[in-house]
Amino acid sequence: MVALTVNGQSREVEADGDTPLLYVLRDELQLHGAKYGCGLGQCGSCTVLVDGEAVFSCVTPVMLLEGREITTVEGLGTIESPGPMQAAFIEEQAAQCGYCIPGMMMRAQALLQRNPGASDEEIVAHMEPNLCRCGTHMRILAAIKRAASQMQTASNKPAASNQERAG
Amino acid sequence: MKGPTLPDVSRRSVLLGTGSLVLAFSLRPASAQTTVQGSEAQNFEQVEQAAPDLPGSLKTNPQLDSWIRIDADGSATVFTGKSELGQGIKTAVLQIAAEELKVPFAELKLIGPDTSLSPNEGYTAGSHSVQDSGTAIRNAAAQVREILIAQAAGRFNLAADTLKAENGAVIAPDGQRATYGELIAAELIQVQAQPTSKLTPTDAFTVMGTPQQRIDIPGKVTGAPAYVQDMRPDGMVHGRVVRPPSPGAQLRGIDTSSVEAMPGVLKVVKNGSFLGVLAEKEWVAIKAMRTLSTLAQWTESPTLPGMDDLPQKLMALPQEDGIVADDRRVVNAAATHEAMFTKPYQMHGSIGPSCALGVLNDGVTTVWSHTQGVYPDQKAIAEMLRVPIEQVRVIHAEGSGCYGHNAADDAAADAALLAQALPGRPVRLQLMREQEHAWEPYSPGMVTKVRASTDAEGNVVDWTYEVWSNSHNTRPGPAGNLLPARYIENGFELQTPELKITPEGNGDRNSNPLYAFPSRHVVWHFLKEMPLRVSALRGLGAYMNVFSIENTMDDLAAAAKVDSVEYRLRHLQDERARDVVRKTAEMFGWKAGQVAPQNHGYGFAFARYKNLAAYCAVAMEVKVEPETGRVRILRASSAADAGEIVNPDGIANQVQGGIVQAASWTLYEGVTFNDTRITSVDWSTYPIMRFDALPSKIDVEVIPRPGTPFLGAGECSQGPGGSALANAITHAIGKRIFDLPLSREKIKQAATQA
Repeated sequence: MVALTVNGQSREVEADGDTPLLYVLRDELQLHGAKYGCGLGQCGSCTVLVDGEAVFSCVTPVMLLEGREITTVEGLGTIESPGPMQAAFIEEQAAQCGYCIPGMMMRAQALLQRNPGASDEEIVAHMEPNLCRCGTHMRILAAIKRAASQMQTASNKPAASNQERAG
Repeated sequence: MKGPTLPDVSRRSVLLGTGSLVLAFSLRPASAQTTVQGSEAQNFEQVEQAAPDLPGSLKTNPQLDSWIRIDADGSATVFTGKSELGQGIKTAVLQIAAEELKVPFAELKLIGPDTSLSPNEGYTAGSHSVQDSGTAIRNAAAQVREILIAQAAGRFNLAADTLKAENGAVIAPDGQRATYGELIAAELIQVQAQPTSKLTPTDAFTVMGTPQQRIDIPGKVTGAPAYVQDMRPDGMVHGRVVRPPSPGAQLRGIDTSSVEAMPGVLKVVKNGSFLGVLAEKEWVAIKAMRTLSTLAQWTESPTLPGMDDLPQKLMALPQEDGIVADDRRVVNAAATHEAMFTKPYQMHGSIGPSCALGVLNDGVTTVWSHTQGVYPDQKAIAEMLRVPIEQVRVIHAEGSGCYGHNAADDAAADAALLAQALPGRPVRLQLMREQEHAWEPYSPGMVTKVRASTDAEGNVVDWTYEVWSNSHNTRPGPAGNLLPARYIENGFELQTPELKITPEGNGDRNSNPLYAFPSRHVVWHFLKEMPLRVSALRGLGAYMNVFSIENTMDDLAAAAKVDSVEYRLRHLQDERARDVVRKTAEMFGWKAGQVAPQNHGYGFAFARYKNLAAYCAVAMEVKVEPETGRVRILRASSAADAGEIVNPDGIANQVQGGIVQAASWTLYEGVTFNDTRITSVDWSTYPIMRFDALPSKIDVEVIPRPGTPFLGAGECSQGPGGSALANAITHAIGKRIFDLPLSREKIKQAATQA
């Protein structure tokens, strides 16, 4: 039995300690966002956040993750109420087959949470580990920039959004 | 390939609860014997056409209710036999149906490829989806709408031409209204389509021709189960297979008892040299597979050619010549230009390794697969399992982008085989990265030779072209074209492809230039032996043939001291071709005699895909670091003409993606191997494009052609994209490289020599 915190919820799963996080997320918790791409940490389609850092869930044994905050693409929002990163990818139509996209979003999320004002060069350098085969790269970059500006707008107006929530 | 008799029957029985066997057979018209040379979507085979006079895929599936169903509650369902591969076909066919049926886009339901439900449209290949399925759905929807209007006319006692369809209802000028649900009776649309339809004119479009957000993207970005990889039916178990270490290997022996004893392992499956394992949990299945790999004893043999002198080895293979064009005249040549281009084997490289789900219930094996062809797979899997075709059902479920014949069909066969071992339990099989890399069928290695004669002005007066290539098509079809079927006991043999010269082309695709050369001879030296497993990668031979033509056109322009855009226009008579060339040049700001900053280069290229689908031109600026050979694309512009436009943003996405994918092929890619094993087994041994070589934007404009037929656009930009890149690199470094890929080492060497 392994105790994990995933998308803010405590979850207990029946899994061997050496099981990579990816299989626990997908098979035990029915969180399908993270994808198996290579199992080698070479393509990034399995990327999730652990304590705010982008990690390859396909090579991260679940035994290392007790007590740490795991965030998957499901933690960014829902289809009814997509988060800024998801909304930006929809708005830019930044997908062809879409298989790599959740990993792209999670890696970008790690950067923008830390630095919503990241420059174009910083975004490109940060996204380097993740592969896309359809050639959607330019739209992915456009979506990340769109998400960054939405996040900046949101973070510049904390009072307003709090008021809205209070109202 | 047989007509869709069986699926029609089961489809009716599923949809209407009546096995209308007699009806289905009686509707086959006498002309059903007519056969035509098949397209790539039909594996280049002749197919029966029940109604050759009908547009698009109505030829093979002429019944209106094969495409459109209206239920008594007014809900409308669209059926397509074309698979969503990430090209946006679901959204495009719904736009088409919404436009012609006059039902709101968001209210339409869609049924995709399923051997029990959908029309048989062969393969989703060759940029045929909108051309074939879209055309069929457009005409069927328009005819269903007119049938419903006629029905309302009878009910209202008014002339049909006074009525209009809107929002799923027919409306009379006096305000009377009847919904489609009120008007429909199943038999009304259980009829064969008519050859002509009352199509909505382009200027009246409200849905087609307008950018439409893809219906699949919200689910994909929020973690909804969107792919076959995400299916988790009750009782599902995980399967993995052990592939041999090399193509010529045979399983000599294995003691599986230690693996069978592993906790969580349900079964080891051994059938000839086919080896697999089933487990309750995925990670257990993977560990068991790895243990099996170490236990298995194989006899390997050196069946591969090795990489030294590969072009010479390819050219030395036994060959049969196919004449693609033979229009030779006596010409007065002032000069002759010769060039030889070479391309290695290249792979599809799907980001998600292929996956399938299989279950055997009551003697019927059902397989969910991201295949491009559910019907061909149904036939091949039934043959492999040695069961009647009725005992196999194949249902399309999306996967990672495939870009052609990757390992999707093999995985479907793997899942079907594994499912036989555990009846009643759904088996999910996913290949491992190294299995996808090493075993998918590659785009063949190719060699081309150009001999162009020019007149005193430098214009081409004779064009002689040769291409050495295997077939780019070993799809199922036959069971032996499924990899696991070759390894089972009493296994099947790969069906060796035959040389066929077709309008769409295969290895010879786009080998005949669209340019108006007065004399030409084009030959495909068809290589029958296939030392490596090969099949269809996006564009087939088009990428390499366009590459060879467009690189040469730039060199000829340079020799003639003419700007390369101007030089192309001199040789292009097709007005639509000239328009995409001029438009692209204008978008890019192309100027004759333009001088690039140091280490920068400009490149241009054009092709009309297959010489009969979409037109596309690309202009590109690159920056090359001579000391490292690194290339960065700084900007690119592209105009495309895809005929009538369904989803302009969908076309733009495909054109942009094609340029990037071709850039990856051009700069980085070549499968490596020795005389026994494939050595490109992951992303470090087969590197592809990453973000840092790309611009922030590629401008695409789609030239509207109202009222003209759809022209497939999904593969139109690879040829011009790769060639524009090569031409830009040549412009930057002052030297052309004839051997793909244009790797850092080759660029560095060329740049320092220049």
